[in-house]
Amino acid sequence: MSQRSETAARAQEEAEECPCKEGMKPDVDVARRRLLLSAAAITAMPGQLAAATPAKAPPGAVLYDVPENATKVMGRPLLEDGGYGTRSQFETAVRMRADNPNDMTSWSFTPLADTIGNLTPSGLHYERHHGGIPAIDPAKHFLYVHGLVDEPKKFSIADIKRLPSITRKYFIECSGNTLDEWSKPKGKSVQVTHGLLSTSEWTGVPFATFARHVGLKDNASWVLGEGADAAVMTRSIPLDKMLTDGLIAYGQNGEALRPEQGYPLRLVLPGYEGNMMIKWLRRLQVSDRPFMTREETGRYTGLMPDGRARQFYYAMDAKSVITFPSGEMLLPKPGSYQIRGIAWTGRGRVQAVDISLDGGKNWVPARLDDVPEPMCTVRFSYPWHWDGKPAILQSRCIEDSGYVQPARSDLVALRGEHFVYHYNAIQSWAVAADGSVTNVHV
Amino acid sequence: MSTSRILTALLLAALIGFSAPVEARDDSDIGTPATATELSAFFAIPPDGEGLPPGKGNAVQGSAIYAEKCAMCHGEKLEGIHDTGAPPLAGGRNSLATKQPLKTIESYWPYATTLYDYIWRSMPFHEPGSLTADEVYALSAYILSVGKIIGEEDVMNAQSLPKVKMPNANGFYVDAGPDRLIYRPAKAPPAKK
Repeated sequence: MSQRSETAARAQEEAEECPCKEGMKPDVDVARRRLLLSAAAITAMPGQLAAATPAKAPPGAVLYDVPENATKVMGRPLLEDGGYGTRSQFETAVRMRADNPNDMTSWSFTPLADTIGNLTPSGLHYERHHGGIPAIDPAKHFLYVHGLVDEPKKFSIADIKRLPSITRKYFIECSGNTLDEWSKPKGKSVQVTHGLLSTSEWTGVPFATFARHVGLKDNASWVLGEGADAAVMTRSIPLDKMLTDGLIAYGQNGEALRPEQGYPLRLVLPGYEGNMMIKWLRRLQVSDRPFMTREETGRYTGLMPDGRARQFYYAMDAKSVITFPSGEMLLPKPGSYQIRGIAWTGRGRVQAVDISLDGGKNWVPARLDDVPEPMCTVRFSYPWHWDGKPAILQSRCIEDSGYVQPARSDLVALRGEHFVYHYNAIQSWAVAADGSVTNVHV
Repeated sequence: MSTSRILTALLLAALIGFSAPVEARDDSDIGTPATATELSAFFAIPPDGEGLPPGKGNAVQGSAIYAEKCAMCHGEKLEGIHDTGAPPLAGGRNSLATKQPLKTIESYWPYATTLYDYIWRSMPFHEPGSLTADEVYALSAYILSVGKIIGEEDVMNAQSLPKVKMPNANGFYVDAGPDRLIYRPAKAPPAKK
């Protein structure tokens, strides 16, 4: 077989066993498998291709021999993993690093199209660091609460765990999520366009509990949070927010926070921009005014067309994105598919999600796949029969306040193209007649 | 006792259990008083300069420190070097309302105190927290001087730095969103044929 016909035959074969049809998995997996297969084809005989296993285990997995028939041979014993566990060697989704020159002050994207359900696996939670990831011994870490208080105190991690805790599911979205989409459709995949969004179950102690322990002065109105990383990250937070639902979290998805997420302590401010949720939290200074730190003046402020900038824009507005099908995927042929996506809002609950198949001309309701919770993501879906004609897929989130996620043209008309942060416009994916999916602006 | 009465009793017990004022218990033994010495290690400088340390420096002194500790990342002319990830520190004055706004300390930052605070806590990038108060004052003075906000000989200290008037001091306004203008009548979909 010539190389070309072999490629065509393989494409045909893959179209037949389309993973989209079976498990609604995106075509990037097919592309990856194709790569693995072509790499394997160099050394392996054609007959062995079907059983070809990846030569190297994906991150977080261990490579095991895969028997022809797992019912005919004994499996491996328990705890061979050392007691923590690994994922299947066939699962390959990983965070993707941003194309930035300095990995100490950069970010990585959650593979939204590969995650299942509402919670992001802790190891796939997006990252944003301003001075690298510190290694912190929890036995030597304290949270100081001081400033306009009756009695400044420090709390060890053991102290904090002696206080009553709460557990809540919240998303965290970087204020800069989707920031490259103001002017042109830039991100190729949903991982890049929307991957600075993750959802976890957080466990910790409300700030209100600490406030009671130290006693707030009458003029207390702001709280500075400070991290113990090399950036010594600081943000000023309105006391009202801190007392409403500010959480000093030490748990994430059933275990301690990941180091990338602030181990051993992080501030969680439901619905607010991720930058304010100080990681590696070491102190909270109660004040009567904001400190005007670099991150709340020179950064994380929104430049308007008149040259002035909006400040203290904290909450992440209602937003949604279709994760299947999305950029860089390929629908193998016309037929039935489940459009899938994620919706969220930092100002309440998701009330509904609409889908458009024609670039926003007509809208139909999507199905919500789980029960919306405040400041949390929700999965939506829509059964779609693709007729093979070009289509432009969009989703829009409707919040329980009545706020409707805006079209890109509306958002740009209001804010210009240099606002940078808090981009929450409707995302458009164009499906071409050949089934390829790309990021477009309409 | 009837089933419904047992259920009612159980329900009451549960309600009482849930509504018990957990915080009202005396758990004040948790946590340790923080001493003034411990707290003196921390700082955060608001626009009025509260907490600025003693010390001083001017742009001439700052220029030499900048060349040694900052220029390799931020560029000899404060222009920023993309490959180091270090942004420009000056320039862009009057560019904010144009099609190519350049946000720098000179053109964008509203408070000089933020400059001191940030250098003191985070810079130099590979050796954060290593500068003396005099060095931070001198570097602040140098960056402000290159941005033509102060003169080369102007001395920056705890009294003078908060008084520096930044070019974009009035360029910010508080607006927590959402955009009011998004609330408009929905456009009717095109009529079906």
